[in-house]
Amino acid sequence: MSNEEGRSEDHRAAPYSFGENWQVSKLELARRLARKKRNQRNILIAGLSSFVVLGGLAILIFTSPGFKVFSQTFFKWAYGIEVLPKVILGFATNVTLTIIASICVAIIGLTIALVRTSRSPTFTPFRILATVYVDLFRGIPMLLVILLVGFGVPALQIKGFTNNVLVLGTLAVIITYSAYVAEVLRSGILSIHPSQRSAARSLGLTNFQTLRFVIMPQALRRVTPPLLNDLVALIKDTGLVSILGVTDAVRAAQIQTSRSFNYTPYVIAAVLFLCITVPLTRLTDRSLRKSIERQNAQGLA
Amino acid sequence: MNLPVLELKQLRKSFGDELVLEDISIKVPEHTATVFIGASGSGKSTLLRCINLLEQIDDGQILIDGEDISAVDVDPDLVRRKLGMVFQSFNLFPHMNVIENIILAPTKVQGLDRDEAISQAYELLTRFGLKEKADQYPDRLSGGQQQRVAIIRSLALKPRLLLLDEITSALDPVLVNEVLSTVRDLKSEGMTMVLATHEMGFAKQVADEVCYLHNGRILEWGPPEKILESPTQPQTREFIKRVQEAGRL
Repeated sequence: MSNEEGRSEDHRAAPYSFGENWQVSKLELARRLARKKRNQRNILIAGLSSFVVLGGLAILIFTSPGFKVFSQTFFKWAYGIEVLPKVILGFATNVTLTIIASICVAIIGLTIALVRTSRSPTFTPFRILATVYVDLFRGIPMLLVILLVGFGVPALQIKGFTNNVLVLGTLAVIITYSAYVAEVLRSGILSIHPSQRSAARSLGLTNFQTLRFVIMPQALRRVTPPLLNDLVALIKDTGLVSILGVTDAVRAAQIQTSRSFNYTPYVIAAVLFLCITVPLTRLTDRSLRKSIERQNAQGLA
Repeated sequence: MNLPVLELKQLRKSFGDELVLEDISIKVPEHTATVFIGASGSGKSTLLRCINLLEQIDDGQILIDGEDISAVDVDPDLVRRKLGMVFQSFNLFPHMNVIENIILAPTKVQGLDRDEAISQAYELLTRFGLKEKADQYPDRLSGGQQQRVAIIRSLALKPRLLLLDEITSALDPVLVNEVLSTVRDLKSEGMTMVLATHEMGFAKQVADEVCYLHNGRILEWGPPEKILESPTQPQTREFIKRVQEAGRL
């Protein structure tokens, strides 16, 4: 024991000690200078290559033979401002539809995910139904689902059931996205290690309590980035209901375009979508980064 | 004569065609510790999981205080409230801090008032020297601290019997000691325990009875001095010899 202490004393007195009066060595100064030089060179190269590539693209577009006509048909800002209120009014439909659909999708998607991951024998028929549902609606293009629901349901002539295209369109969106979201949630639930379930059950928690307090909170955190990703896709896909004649942003722009043969309203609609989707995409990226950091931290522990 | 806290009668368990446990019969009286030793794959962990009804047994009986918990009409959730279990891999809930981990079962399972559960949790944390970690999340704790919190979490339910499944196997030698001293404290306070471990020195200290498991059977059992120092079965002798060579005794 004393021998060991003696050795550590010796070590502290070694000639290369970094004590309080440590000064940067010449070797380190030279390294720092070299790193600085390398950084400066890297910045220069990045600037130069960006200038060449982006400048080349700009020249290609601005000097193209049809550029003048193109900019007038797509970027006639005065006309854009004129139609803006109408397109915004249409866009309000997209926003409302998104809010209603995402709430319904969350509820239905969660239910399907829970049914599919449950192991209780009573749920067997529901498990089969849920599997068929997911396979079906994940496999059909959403445009087709919208057409089938939008034109098929009214054809059934069920008494008391709405023929409102907006309601039917929303229904089609909900049906499709519930299948997507159910799969995301299910993968999250399955990604939680079974030892967490064992630990919870050994504490006397019931199956439901285990799910509610231990499994789901962890699963939801893990799938937040893909869920946000689906939300962005949902917002964009609400534009598809315009095919049924719903006056959303896309349809409103289309109406204006067909009147004037100027495509600026489409660009306006695109900008409106971007106003919502870009911030959401940034948020998704951030939550993804955080979620990765969290999982790495857990791996280290 | 008092009933043993745990009694196993001719327990049998297989996974598919593979027989994992065969003819396991033991009695664990109150305030005693029974330690299972044996090579990896000898069935130690499976045995503990069977006692906690995390695995379904293929034959035999498990009695807690004389009550058959292997009966079909027994609610496993009710049984598990009487048993605490600690795992090799700690299994703390990573989305909850230490206090939340500890009070989850008392509040949700026993219906204890939240404030009461918290003060009880602080009491336990203070007793085991972890009070200042109460608000930390598991990923900020060392392995030894995580495992001690896991022990406290199972103690919060005031179990009749504690099942400890190789609780030091994932820890480095320095951290092993702090966890083992916690278990020694519990033993001296009279907690009834069943342990599976690779720490022979520790087994010697806390065990009232040591069972050597070999290929799913109890090959030899008795007081620790006898099993660890003068085993009669050749397999046990071979195992103890290898443990000694690895410097674990």
